[in-house]
Amino acid sequence: MPVKSYLAHPHNGRKQELIESLSSLEECEVIPAENQDLLILVTDTEDNFQEKQLKGKLDAIESLKLLTMVSGFTTQKNDK
Amino acid sequence: MYTSLTNRRAFIKKMAVLSAMTAAATMFPGILFASDQEKNLPKGGNLNWKKAPCRFCGVGCGVMIGVEDGKAVAVKGDVNSPVNKGLCCVKGYHSVIAMYGKDRLTKPLVKKNGRYVETSMKEALDLVASKMKETIDNHGKDAVSIYGSGQWTIPDGYAASKLFKGCIGTNNVEANARLCMASAVTGFLTSFGLDEPMGCYEDIDHADVFFLWGNNMAEMHPVLFSRLLDQRLKRDAKIIDFATRTTRTSAAADKSILFKPQTDLAVANAICYEIVENGWVNESFVEKHCNFNKGITNMGYGLEDNYSFKDKPEKIDFAAYKEFLKDYTPEKVEKISGVSAKDIKYMAAYYGDPNKKVMSLWCMGMNQHTRGTWINNLVYNIHLLTGKISTPGNSPFSLTGQPSACGTVREVGTLTHKLPHGVVTNEEHRKFAAKIWDVPVENIPAKPTYHTVEMFRALDRGDIRFMWIQVTNPMVTMPKLKRYRDGAKKEGRFIVVSDIYPTPTTDIADVILPSAMWVEREGMYGNSERRTQYFEQMVNPPGEAMSDTWQLIEVAKRMGYEKQFYYSEENHIEEIYTEYRKHHDNKKHNMAPLEVLKENPGMQWPYVDGKPTKWRFNSKYDPACSNGEEFHFYGKPDGKAIIWQRPYEPAAEEPDSEYPFWLNTGRVLEHWHTGSMTRRIPVLHQAMPHAYVELNPGDAKQMQIKTGDMVKLTTRRGEITLPASVNERGVPTPKQVFVPFFDENMLINDITLDSFCPISKEPDYKKCAVKVEKA
Repeated sequence: MPVKSYLAHPHNGRKQELIESLSSLEECEVIPAENQDLLILVTDTEDNFQEKQLKGKLDAIESLKLLTMVSGFTTQKNDK
Repeated sequence: MYTSLTNRRAFIKKMAVLSAMTAAATMFPGILFASDQEKNLPKGGNLNWKKAPCRFCGVGCGVMIGVEDGKAVAVKGDVNSPVNKGLCCVKGYHSVIAMYGKDRLTKPLVKKNGRYVETSMKEALDLVASKMKETIDNHGKDAVSIYGSGQWTIPDGYAASKLFKGCIGTNNVEANARLCMASAVTGFLTSFGLDEPMGCYEDIDHADVFFLWGNNMAEMHPVLFSRLLDQRLKRDAKIIDFATRTTRTSAAADKSILFKPQTDLAVANAICYEIVENGWVNESFVEKHCNFNKGITNMGYGLEDNYSFKDKPEKIDFAAYKEFLKDYTPEKVEKISGVSAKDIKYMAAYYGDPNKKVMSLWCMGMNQHTRGTWINNLVYNIHLLTGKISTPGNSPFSLTGQPSACGTVREVGTLTHKLPHGVVTNEEHRKFAAKIWDVPVENIPAKPTYHTVEMFRALDRGDIRFMWIQVTNPMVTMPKLKRYRDGAKKEGRFIVVSDIYPTPTTDIADVILPSAMWVEREGMYGNSERRTQYFEQMVNPPGEAMSDTWQLIEVAKRMGYEKQFYYSEENHIEEIYTEYRKHHDNKKHNMAPLEVLKENPGMQWPYVDGKPTKWRFNSKYDPACSNGEEFHFYGKPDGKAIIWQRPYEPAAEEPDSEYPFWLNTGRVLEHWHTGSMTRRIPVLHQAMPHAYVELNPGDAKQMQIKTGDMVKLTTRRGEITLPASVNERGVPTPKQVFVPFFDENMLINDITLDSFCPISKEPDYKKCAVKVEKA
């Protein structure tokens, strides 16, 4: 059950669009910076397969310029 | 490793957020996420936030600890702390996890017939006291010793010093800070007569240029480094990285200048030459506030047992000093150092420009140096010649690596020659300490005994028979480690280790005492900018774990010192701190009262008339100045600082045909020192699971070594095999390798050299000769 955090950089002028796109994905939690064009993205998926699927969805978001991983955790299922 | 928190998954998500915030803060200084830190706390939690200084490095960041159901479950930066202004590094954010590793020591263990047997704390402490008494009876009081650290709280160190120096009557008190900042201390003492920086972190907000002398701040002091980056963004301040290895700091700097190991001595003198030659000397400052001295040269390197050295300062004049500097023209030094004359002039021009405020920052690169005192002196020379000192933004600043290296080791004085106020060699200082300690002055010996390296040599020789080690891991950190590990295991030695986890040092113990960690007890730390910070006990320690302070008090009482160790279990921290303050009751070092520490995110000393002192020796800010001038270096009898004539001399062991590379050792961002805590934090352990050897890409190509290949390193002390790292985190200069020391499974110190600075007695972990082969 991977939990990962990323720094997500939007394309110029598309921060709000990126917030909306990421927020629409069930596995994603988004924390936008107040004074910079940067978002923190935390993903929480059931297993590696679901995470791979999510990765595909993220790659398809056009307002996303760059995704940089910051941390990754794998927890047991009964932890939830 | 870590399984015992409620709603662990929610906690982990929060930690993931906080890690990202840390990274964002490092990359984008000043970035704001407002209240979102709190939004991500575990749902349904009932967190109680309490302030503390961070447990790890010497920066002394203020953190808020979230306590829920008797457990510390969250950390956030304290926005009220002037140190970190709400930021934290990756270690700080994860610090509470280090309290809950599954192999935490919770019961005392006593070695019987080669095996560790659980016992009660009472019986273990009885045994420690009786063994100490027995050793004193059989071998004398100088056969017992205590070895602590810059992670000792102020009360820990105070109780240790009072017990050993005041009551037992031996100066066998040392701490691991000898290994990391002793050269900074002797640098301060020789140049100014008083220890610790004259400036503070607020200098960062004023300086135009930052010179980092062998200091990888981006990894070792990331929060302070983010403050430097912030000033670059806001005010176009320049960062110049002067180092022997390209690091993350170099990558973030405006300019990276590389030098050959040990030649910083020559470059510093060349900068002074340029300052003099170009007429950049602040003549009125030098005339009013400085003297010139030279000392003994060719001092040796302390490689032999019982080595001793005492410098003989001799006054010289400015003309003689100028003559000395003629050996250090930029062109001559280029040949020694590998630094181009152009780059030397570039650095000198910043120091010499009267319109630029300059801050020099350093840590282990200058301190772990066989001429560590000298290179500290030489950087002070630059600031003194230009008068760029003790004013906001003009600041030579020695950083420390441990949370209370300053607060405990330097200020309480847990080194063989020190007392809380002054030194053991001074009769007045002994009388003063004896009065406060309520012991006969004759109890305190007038002669220092062993500095750290010599203390472990004495253990090996059998001159020391009993050693109590608290909150440090010398069986990972001592240079030329094999000798000292074998020595500690010899028959007739009795070793007590107080710690929170099993380590290679507990492996040599006869008694292991489980300690309370950080906010499991009450205490204070003192950081690099003379800031003393209090923390309350927030959670209970596990099992029978007990604070190091109370362990010492219990043993002291068992040894018959009830009168001196009158402290109550409920209020002993307050009682000790109140007593300790008496040692510093003067304008030059007064400590803030406990109630002030409790109400504030720490307070800087000297604390005079209800105010901290930000810039010492400057009459505008420092009430201890009394000479009627703008500056008063009152640590010296005539009120003047000293510009030292110190030459370049080679390292103790330099590469040759048999061992053609330099070996440099150090730290990494993820792990704090020997990793005994941070390796139990899964996210940090996974990010940096083991040590490695960094090679220069050109050398690696020539030897057909790529990242991950196993590499054998051989020195005159032994050999070790590690995986290679090429063009990854750091890049050493050609013919140099770098190995981090955090990994107890790859003990690089088995092959390092125990040479040290003859004045500070601090070992040089940055330089010895090594052979490098593909394994």
